[in-house]
Amino acid sequence: MTSPTKAEGSGPSAALEPELASKAEPAEVEKLEGRSPGQLMWHRFKRDRTGMISAAVVIFFFAVAALAPVISSLYGKNPYTLYAQEPEYPFLLDDFAMPTGSLGGMSGDFWFGVEPKLGRDVFTMLLYGMRTSLYMAVLVTLFSVLTGVVLGMISGYFGGKVDYWLGRVTDFFLAFPQQLFFIAFMPVVTAMFVSPKDETPTYLRAVAIILVMWFLGWMGMARLVRSSVLSLREREFVEAAKVSGASPARIVRKEILPNIVTPILVQGTYMLPSSILSIAFLSYVGVGFTEPTPDWGRMFAIGAGIYEQDPAFMFFPGIALVIFVLAFNLLGDSVRDAFDPKTGR
Amino acid sequence: MLQFLIRRLSGAVVIMFLIGAFTFFLFYSIPQDFAQLACGKNCSPENIAVIRENLGLDKPITTQFWEFMMGIVSGRDFPQGHCAAPCLGVSFDSGDFVWDSIMDRFPLTLSLTVGGLVIFLLFGLGTGLLAAWKRGTAVDKIVSGASMVLSSFQIYFLGPIVLGLLVYQTGWFENPKYVPFTDNPGSWFVGMLIPWAVMATIFTAQYTRMARSTMIEQLQEEHVRTARAKGMRQRYVFFRYAWRGSLIPIVTIIGMDLSALLSGAVVTEFTFDLAGIGRLAVEGSLTKDLPLTMGVMLFGAFFILILNIVVDLAYAYIDPRVRLA
Repeated sequence: MTSPTKAEGSGPSAALEPELASKAEPAEVEKLEGRSPGQLMWHRFKRDRTGMISAAVVIFFFAVAALAPVISSLYGKNPYTLYAQEPEYPFLLDDFAMPTGSLGGMSGDFWFGVEPKLGRDVFTMLLYGMRTSLYMAVLVTLFSVLTGVVLGMISGYFGGKVDYWLGRVTDFFLAFPQQLFFIAFMPVVTAMFVSPKDETPTYLRAVAIILVMWFLGWMGMARLVRSSVLSLREREFVEAAKVSGASPARIVRKEILPNIVTPILVQGTYMLPSSILSIAFLSYVGVGFTEPTPDWGRMFAIGAGIYEQDPAFMFFPGIALVIFVLAFNLLGDSVRDAFDPKTGR
Repeated sequence: MLQFLIRRLSGAVVIMFLIGAFTFFLFYSIPQDFAQLACGKNCSPENIAVIRENLGLDKPITTQFWEFMMGIVSGRDFPQGHCAAPCLGVSFDSGDFVWDSIMDRFPLTLSLTVGGLVIFLLFGLGTGLLAAWKRGTAVDKIVSGASMVLSSFQIYFLGPIVLGLLVYQTGWFENPKYVPFTDNPGSWFVGMLIPWAVMATIFTAQYTRMARSTMIEQLQEEHVRTARAKGMRQRYVFFRYAWRGSLIPIVTIIGMDLSALLSGAVVTEFTFDLAGIGRLAVEGSLTKDLPLTMGVMLFGAFFILILNIVVDLAYAYIDPRVRLA
């Protein structure tokens, strides 16, 4: 990796700070020597209390989502069983099919209460719903980031006609009304895989959601990468690499890419929560995941329907979503600040 | 100026055509029998044949595309009757003209979008300026903190909370409903107040943060510092120098957010059970009514393009470099 501030041969200085080198982020700094930008960033990030806390919260959410089956088996319930019909819980719902007891039926057995009408357990519904949303959002973000980076690189590096036409394509996709597009194309994309007469399996729904969102997800990243590459392309170290006979592929990979990891990472951090919100939106309006797949967004649809009678149902899914998005936004800001301390908040 | 407008409008026409073509071919070229889709789960072969003929699905795709595009420009004839100029076809499900259904629902979405936009621009930019003016004080910290938290809320979570507080608990307001502006401006305003407030809250929070950081950036510019050093009054420098400069990035971001604004209106419709074009799109999507969904999407794209041109005009007004280029 070559960066404008550091030549490749500055090896031995790593020995001066062994503990820093060992803690460095492995993702973007392999074989690091000296105080790389990555190490500096990590150093600054560690001192940012807000950043550390929000990072912890984000990690907590991902851990909970990944461990959802373990947690719910310890907890002893699942998001599918209609507990109101189980003989062990005779008085779970009252005559109006609303949870008995205060606060939406919260109790030692049902920590976050019980779903009205069906009597499912809210805690495990939320756990599995978060799991679905987070997995989907990670995939969507990953695909969009990769597409955006590749197209932006091509556009920025080759310039000229290629750049012009890719720019027009990007503008074209930006002109689509996003949410309406998602709503409109969900049935089309689903119909590509499965005849409308048949029931759509859940995994195909997931694939359709990912495809539809990927399709309109990459433009921001492509623009960002393009402009960063444009400004780097004319720098001396890239010219030096060109003169010494490096192939375009090598220049892009080894000279340019390491220098634009920062904006990509920051933009990616902002993209993930917005993907989660888009997925939640789809389920909320009823074109995303359907029953009985547990889903974060659909819990809001259920909650909105019975809000007047049982406002407590929506409390935990809502608060969890707010905390998650807040933590992610703060994390994005902190990552940006850590990479680039000049931009104050 | 006129030239600028013409250039933008012709660009918009090209984009609309491309979006139309793209949507059309993606919709109609998937290996599906649309007559079957239109017909639903149980239907007889005769029904399918009738639908196919009525919708012109027996013709080749390019012919269908040509007819669809010509329909938008000059209208089309269907067994139901003549479909006037901006004709977006006939709904599979209800047999109504898509354009009429959209026009029926659109005033609501327009009210939400424009009302929301006005409110969040006023409040968002206002509080942002205040926070930048009082930078580092308690006011700034409260405003920044509150906007950070509020911008992480969602319309579909905040909406029910506000409804619960203002409608179910206290009874201060009635459940939001849409009364056409032309019928009764007063009840139109009262009915839309809660949806506007909820929708605007989230956007306001984002714009507060943005206005604040742009202003702070501008205040550190050299020409602003020079103006201060010359002894100009703080207030004059703030509004005439820094504010003027930060309008440009702010308007840029408004332009990029127009699509998000329409999305926000769609979510708001669902949250408050109002029937706008978002709900129309979902109805179309769930019944696999492709002409309807496609029409709504094209219309949405058109709406955003128009708003974009308005924003561009504002841009040209603010920034002489754009106007003269």
